Amino acid sequence: MYRYDEFDSQLVNERVEQFRRQVDRRLAGELSEDQFKPLRLMNGLYLQLHAYMLRINIPYGSLSSHQLRTLAHVARTYDRGYGHFTTRQNIQYNWIQLQQVPDALADLAAAEMHGIQSSGNCIRNVTADQYAGVAADELTDPRIYCEIIRQWSTLHPEFSFLPRKFKIAVTAAPTDRAAVQVHDIGLRMHRNAAGDPGFEVIVGGGQGRTPFIGKIIRDWLAPSDLLSYLEAILRVYNQDGRRDNLYKSRIKILVHQIGAEEFSRRVDAEWQAIRDSALQLPQAEIERIRRYFAGPEFAELADEPDLLRQQADADPQFAAWLKANKADHKMPGYAIANISLKSLNAPPGDMTARQMDAVADLADQYSFGEIRVNHRQNLVLPSVPQRDLNALYQRLAEQQLATANIGHTSDIVACPGLDYCSLANARSIPIAQEIHQRFENMDRLHDIGEVTINISGCMNACGHHHVGNIGILGVDKRGEEYYQFTLGGSSGTDAALGERTGRGFPAAETAPAVERVLRTYLDIRAADERFLDTYRRVGMAPFKEALYGAA
Amino acid sequence: MALLKDGRPQADEYTDVSAAADPAARGPVLVSLTQWREHRAALLARDERLGLRLQSDEKPASVSDDLQHFDLVALEFPTFRDGRAYSSARLLRERYGYAGELRAVGDVLLEQLHFMHRVGFNSFELDTDDAAREWQIAASDISVWYQPTGDGRRTAVENRHGLADAAPRRQAAVR
Repeated sequence: MYRYDEFDSQLVNERVEQFRRQVDRRLAGELSEDQFKPLRLMNGLYLQLHAYMLRINIPYGSLSSHQLRTLAHVARTYDRGYGHFTTRQNIQYNWIQLQQVPDALADLAAAEMHGIQSSGNCIRNVTADQYAGVAADELTDPRIYCEIIRQWSTLHPEFSFLPRKFKIAVTAAPTDRAAVQVHDIGLRMHRNAAGDPGFEVIVGGGQGRTPFIGKIIRDWLAPSDLLSYLEAILRVYNQDGRRDNLYKSRIKILVHQIGAEEFSRRVDAEWQAIRDSALQLPQAEIERIRRYFAGPEFAELADEPDLLRQQADADPQFAAWLKANKADHKMPGYAIANISLKSLNAPPGDMTARQMDAVADLADQYSFGEIRVNHRQNLVLPSVPQRDLNALYQRLAEQQLATANIGHTSDIVACPGLDYCSLANARSIPIAQEIHQRFENMDRLHDIGEVTINISGCMNACGHHHVGNIGILGVDKRGEEYYQFTLGGSSGTDAALGERTGRGFPAAETAPAVERVLRTYLDIRAADERFLDTYRRVGMAPFKEALYGAA
Repeated sequence: MALLKDGRPQADEYTDVSAAADPAARGPVLVSLTQWREHRAALLARDERLGLRLQSDEKPASVSDDLQHFDLVALEFPTFRDGRAYSSARLLRERYGYAGELRAVGDVLLEQLHFMHRVGFNSFELDTDDAAREWQIAASDISVWYQPTGDGRRTAVENRHGLADAAPRRQAAVR
């Protein structure tokens, strides 16, 4: 994992002290809320329905056990004993006191974390494949380039007041686990015809009110040109992006309005002028950062199929967990273990300080002290010896963290919704919990197989409903909460936007409607066919009939 | 309004006529892009120092061949949220080689002075009683820079690897 050097530490510490002075000025009445707002937003501090909310970046979703313990400490000391993991690999604290924020930030800085640019119209936390460094199919560790982008984008003086927020995601594997096609910029590393690794550059994807799948504007970009090319894209966007309408300010609208070809022409013209500049990445810096991601010293282990089968046969619940939550590791004898934060006991993505401490301990014991956060609000222990999986499972179960549902119906992504958020039109969490409850029966869950359900409490789409296989959007209809459905969305390699089914349902009828969709799928699916594949084969008609009756 | 130039409060020698119907005035004037285009010959004939005030949607490319005529270019921030002038400033300095006074005008906040200085501004029109103190705070808060912006500050990457400056740069800090 990357470790701050003296320069990284100094910047973050100076930033904390700067914000401390600003908070003091606010508390002393020298700054009005209006004047203070842009300052607090630049440090990830929002004012929500009931209280301040502090959003802390987890760079590209990687945490050390020490950092997770620090997040637990912040939850316990400055909040109500829990935190909420978001769809952008961040964590949010929902009940923080303004006067305590600088202390919380200082504690986080000591563990090499911060909230800089976790809000505002600037370049946000760069996200990555949560299996980076351990995935069997990756070309290189994408976090090397995420860290390079993190540094370049931190307090970038030219790009801190963009038309709108700006999100970058990086993957280096053919299977897209980072949703690169629905980001402002998606970078996908692959090899060109000569066999050299470089980036495919995708621009203008996004969700919100006007969702788009991104367009490829460059097939292959040399890694040493990464920053000059990004700077060219950002400069074109900063100058030409719309600023007259908040809802038309994202780069996706610019790319859509002038076309990908014209956009790419403007970027190229700008790029040619700055390509041979100090932005050219020195190989020594790429190598310096690469060394941090060399990975742990793996033991020489053999795969343990017999042992796992034996343990699974003895315990059907462990069998279910293995089937849903284990993923393949690049090293023999190791596995990737997903930890679901979607249990019936808490809102999706919520985790108590006690659970965080427990997972930090488990990471130390079983996974080289490393934890990942993914964009479906779950955690990952990236490198667990297969022979320890059963012991890990038992320990997770003690913490109510052994829910076996990764990628299944009850692994629901939901925004905080009207329970917390000042933008929301409808609640998300109770709907997620009701759906979860309905599909609690494990056997049934595994009959249904892989399906993603995403819930957003308003059209800003923080729950990413456009790319859920089943998307649910809360709307306000004459003072009542209604829920509209989209079907067929995906944020993976086969990214697609879901299609609207028709009129929405009142809250009480929403979970039953999901059940009708899934029953229809069970009736018509071919063997081993995922929900998404069935939908793509048969289209909307049978599902529409299940939802609204025969036309 | 206070004018802060090269780190010191100063009197503004220019008369801003950019919103006036007739750009004629005594002494140095600050004119709009439209005025410059309409009265170019007359303005050059005055043999006075000349300043150009650009709106945030007026790109520097449109005046890149005229820059030798200006001693001052003022870039407007209609609101602090409109960040286009940050790009304009870098283009003026780094691409078109403008070396005269580059002034930030409009909604210019203390917290942005540092960013503005990094992209090439060396003077600021501020709504404050104590511009010198504001500059002192803004200039000393942060001392690590990750991006090469042509402002003379050494980046973290250059410091880490003991690299020589990649290109000759404008003079550094204006403290």
